[in-house]
Amino acid sequence: MTANGWFQIFLYLVVIFVVTKPMGIFMTRVFNREKTFLDPALRPIEKFLYRLTGIDQKREMRWTEYTIAVLLFSGVSMTLLYLIERTQKWLPLNPQKLPNVEPGLAWGTAASFTTNTNWQSYVPETTMSYLTQMVGLAYHNFVSAAVGIVLAIVVIRGIARRETEELGNFWVDTTRCLLWILLPVCLVGSLVLVSQGIIQNFKPYTTVELLEPQTVQVTGADGKTSTQQVAQQVIAQGPVASQVAIKEFGTNGGGFFNANSAHPFENPTPLANFIELVLIFAIPSGLTYTLGRMTGSQRHGWAVWGAMAFLFLAGVTATYWAEARGNPLLTGTNQHASASQAGGNMEGKEVRFGIASSALFAVVTTDASCGAVNSMHDSYTPLGGMVPLINIMLGEVVFGGVGAGLYGIFVFVVLAVFIAGLMVGRTPEYLGKKIESYDVKMAMLAVLILTFTILGFSALAVIKPFGTAGISNSGPHGLSQILYAYVSSTGNNGSAFAGINANTLWYNSSTGIAQLLGRFFMIIPIMAIAGNLAKKKTVPESAGTFPVTGPLFATLLVSTIVIVGALTFFPALSLGPILEHLLMAAGKVF
Amino acid sequence: MTTSGQGKGKALGEKKIVIGAILDSFAKLNPRTMVKSPVMFVVEVGAVLTTLQLVRDTWRHTGAFGFGLQITLWLWFTVLFANFAEAMAEGRGKAQAETLRKARAETQAHRLRTDGSTETVPSSKLRSGDVVVVSAGEFIPGDGEVIEGVASVDESAITGESAPVIRESGGDRSAVTGGTRVLSDEIKVRITSNPGDTFLDRMIKLVEGASRQKTPNEIALNILLAGLTIIFLLAVITLQPFAIYSGAPQSVFVLVSLLVCLIPTTIGGLLSAIGIAGMDRMIQRNVIALSGRAVEASGDVDVLLLDKTGTITLGNRQATTFLPCPNVAEANLANAAQLASLADETPEGRSIVVLAKEKYGLRGREFGNRNPTFIPFSAQTRMSGVDFDGLQIRKGAPEAIAKYIAERGNQVPNETQQCVSDISNGGGTPLLVAENGRVLGVIALTDIVKGGMRERFDHLRAMGIRTMMITGDNPLTAAAIARQAGVDDFLAEARPEDKMALIRREQARGKLVAMTGDGTNDAPALAQADVGVAMNTGTQAAKEAGNMVDLDSNPTKLIEIVEIGKQLLITRGALTTFSVANDVAKYFAIIPAMFAGAFPQLSVLNVMRLATPQSAILSAVVFNALIIIALIPLALRGVKYRPAGAAALLRRNLLMYGLGGVVAPFIGIKLIDLLISYFHFA
Repeated sequence: MTANGWFQIFLYLVVIFVVTKPMGIFMTRVFNREKTFLDPALRPIEKFLYRLTGIDQKREMRWTEYTIAVLLFSGVSMTLLYLIERTQKWLPLNPQKLPNVEPGLAWGTAASFTTNTNWQSYVPETTMSYLTQMVGLAYHNFVSAAVGIVLAIVVIRGIARRETEELGNFWVDTTRCLLWILLPVCLVGSLVLVSQGIIQNFKPYTTVELLEPQTVQVTGADGKTSTQQVAQQVIAQGPVASQVAIKEFGTNGGGFFNANSAHPFENPTPLANFIELVLIFAIPSGLTYTLGRMTGSQRHGWAVWGAMAFLFLAGVTATYWAEARGNPLLTGTNQHASASQAGGNMEGKEVRFGIASSALFAVVTTDASCGAVNSMHDSYTPLGGMVPLINIMLGEVVFGGVGAGLYGIFVFVVLAVFIAGLMVGRTPEYLGKKIESYDVKMAMLAVLILTFTILGFSALAVIKPFGTAGISNSGPHGLSQILYAYVSSTGNNGSAFAGINANTLWYNSSTGIAQLLGRFFMIIPIMAIAGNLAKKKTVPESAGTFPVTGPLFATLLVSTIVIVGALTFFPALSLGPILEHLLMAAGKVF
Repeated sequence: MTTSGQGKGKALGEKKIVIGAILDSFAKLNPRTMVKSPVMFVVEVGAVLTTLQLVRDTWRHTGAFGFGLQITLWLWFTVLFANFAEAMAEGRGKAQAETLRKARAETQAHRLRTDGSTETVPSSKLRSGDVVVVSAGEFIPGDGEVIEGVASVDESAITGESAPVIRESGGDRSAVTGGTRVLSDEIKVRITSNPGDTFLDRMIKLVEGASRQKTPNEIALNILLAGLTIIFLLAVITLQPFAIYSGAPQSVFVLVSLLVCLIPTTIGGLLSAIGIAGMDRMIQRNVIALSGRAVEASGDVDVLLLDKTGTITLGNRQATTFLPCPNVAEANLANAAQLASLADETPEGRSIVVLAKEKYGLRGREFGNRNPTFIPFSAQTRMSGVDFDGLQIRKGAPEAIAKYIAERGNQVPNETQQCVSDISNGGGTPLLVAENGRVLGVIALTDIVKGGMRERFDHLRAMGIRTMMITGDNPLTAAAIARQAGVDDFLAEARPEDKMALIRREQARGKLVAMTGDGTNDAPALAQADVGVAMNTGTQAAKEAGNMVDLDSNPTKLIEIVEIGKQLLITRGALTTFSVANDVAKYFAIIPAMFAGAFPQLSVLNVMRLATPQSAILSAVVFNALIIIALIPLALRGVKYRPAGAAALLRRNLLMYGLGGVVAPFIGIKLIDLLISYFHFA
């Protein structure tokens, strides 16, 4: 570990801390429909859209109607993407003449992008046309992010409002989220990224002559090996910049290229890397401020932020330590960081980013449900790779996906308040709202769905041949790969332990189902709690009220997340990465 | 309810309760009873599974018999211990119900016929609306209201208080309870309840727990526990495939052990005992909560409405000084005041007579044949007095007397006016005394605030509870007493409907309100309040409107009730937190033990350095069972409660039960492991 590495990590946390308040205030104003500096430009567009679609912007919805609107909207969007994928051959902007996507993969990808997962069991540059990427995938990057954000806003409204069933209008919230927040930031963000070298074009792929032709061994169809001379390379092109900003800002993570943010056209410089990282946490971090502002308890917002920041730092420290330490089995190699080398475990990492930036990216992308990667998690040391796994297992509540992180941690807040709230001698209450059996039931349901999906599918996959066929390593590492696939799908993360071959019927369909369960079956109980809380009276605060502010509450929240969220997976983890780490120390690898 | 003489009897009773509870814990193994506690039901199913496996292993001579047997036995113990906790809590109630039942013994009643004659019928034949005559020495056959006569009644069967109480027709002391005994005189009682539905019947059902329903918070907690159980069930069931993949499949004993250790058995096993014990603590303080919901609500109370008289101040106001007008001798004033008060039977009136006697040796005099005309107090005139020998003596509220003398062309001297406002500002009540239309002076009546009230209100404030004094006094007097007693707020010149409006207003702001009351006019407010404590001396209407009855009729007890409610909730929360926090250590005991055979490297996780895999698993299971037994006293007694703010309470309890819950099992499991390996059990 180097001072430079730590400096990057702390600088990042400071920048996130700084953007939290302005982001939070701006989002509050947007969703409270207060005046913003963008109004002169955007209000006319907004009004025009409502007139066009016949939306009554004053009408508010109950939680059930809101949820149905979310589900319908997502369903229609998902179908559209499927149709685009299935017909791209006949559609424009396909200079590579890529064929239509196969049904299984098309369905899996549609599910994946609708749920903000962006799990990609395909190579984008050889599968998706420019049109599919721009109209199909980028569209989902925007709307699935917007859906997540507005759901978080509904949860906040549920806490803040009293004795009402009205929680806002889905169409209005989504429109405003897209127009005021996502589009402007991504527009600016894309231009900044272009300045760093990210490309944006509709050109066909370029073929270039290699400066140093390579000789490689190739295994033919008949099983015989032969040597082949490679003198040319195909360089993929495309409208990349427009997709990268939203990929990070909407915590989507689906790469334009297979190599995702490790690709030089998708993440060219350390500065571009830093900007991408900031974009990932900007909204989730800002939403904690919005939570405080809308509920009138700014200190609660900061307590939640503090709990998140603590878990984030713990994760970064562990990963950075594990990766910088290097591989103990490589005894003959100098793995110390120096002026001339990054040191540590550099397998699967880009030299231009090094250990600290890669470790930071891996933690940020899994804390949030982003899933973009600038290094291959599969190549991490067992413990370094376990942190991303645990981050997602916690439910991606460490800042988390846009909106999803906030409504995810809301479930843990409800549970923490319920478990420990009684200890102040009152029935549990959260910001003046009594937490009663219905709320507990729904919160438990949300946790159950997550656990059930992850553990259920993983358990099935490890003992059935159709599951074990996909893994590239045996032993505990294989278990980690399978676990990671379902953890990442259910958590709507989308990053992968790249060793797994997931483009099979079983993995396409099971991960697709896991993604849909992890997204929409989580949403329903959480929305139910929001609806139920909004109906309740608010108990005024007094000296006897359970304190949801300060370090004490943050500690309680962290403990609840770790004990209720992570310990469930402890048995599985001990047979996966922990065992692998211990076996590695004993000299056994897979 | 207990006196020192009952110490020995109590110890014997305690032993009987324990034996009864042991028997009950086996009876409660019935799955139909067990299923009400989902956590313990899962443990029972687990115990059945290991028992079957044990039989199968023995039949086939496979497996390690000693280990399997010990695990199975301890799993059954876990269930039995939880049942025992519940049975213990119920046992105390049952013993109390036994005493009450004796009071309910069949009695003969003298029912009044329509023609005025009486007939003798068994008390079980009485219906609501019947009128019975009860004479000295007889038991009152059912709950009712005195409609004629006055009697002293021995209510010790219900209240435990041996001093007899007066029951009379009309007013707020008319309610009588079945099973109590008339000591003197004869009264006519209109029966107000049907057999099986009397106060005594309800009380027996309550203490026995027969009519105990789960409270809202208990239901919510049960859902949480059931949810956690399902999550851990998933974790354990899916562990087997992972273990098979890793080449280390697990036995039923080990998997069930892991499951039972992870699910929240500690709180699951003690939850109902905590609830029953909470009701029981109320009963021990002579408060009958008519529902568990009310006990729970009392922990949540935000506002306490306390009647000034009897709660904050000692009884009634008392005359403390005579302040004569200029040129009037104090003795003259005292004399006139005493004369005016001779017929005044109110405590205030009596205190004036007493004060005059103490200060000037003036004795109550006989008017003889001087034909005095007493003017009684009325709400319109707001004064009373006496006319005799051409003298007209009046005493009353300053405004009333001022008006009275003004009609006779006089006015109150400035000095006296000053006295009046001084007394009012100081929290006292001034009464003016006038003789033949001329003011003689002022009597100062003062409220005496009970000792220690200020500290209690400070505690309540620290707990976030607002105290509000209700009084019929004028705002000035009320403010002074409020200041003196240290209450947060007051409602002056309160009429019953004001009280009601106040409760509604507070409730509309989301607050929970508690109050006490005894009169019939308190009934609507008692019903509206979230916690309404009726005094046992109060009217039947008040008792039915409230959700608690205080047998001691001590209005200050409201504060204790709130504390008991809080203690109940804290106990529940503390044990839940403790139970969940325990899981950390149990993972570290069991997971390395499960896979130590296949992967010796995992023994790094065996941070407790437990002797063998078997002893590790057994130790965790034994700890898990013993902790239930160890915590029964805490569950029954309730965690220690000190009034403090929420943040301080949370910090303290989180440290004790949260951090303690993480650390304790590490130590406990290690100790048990040492014992187990010392005796070579595993």
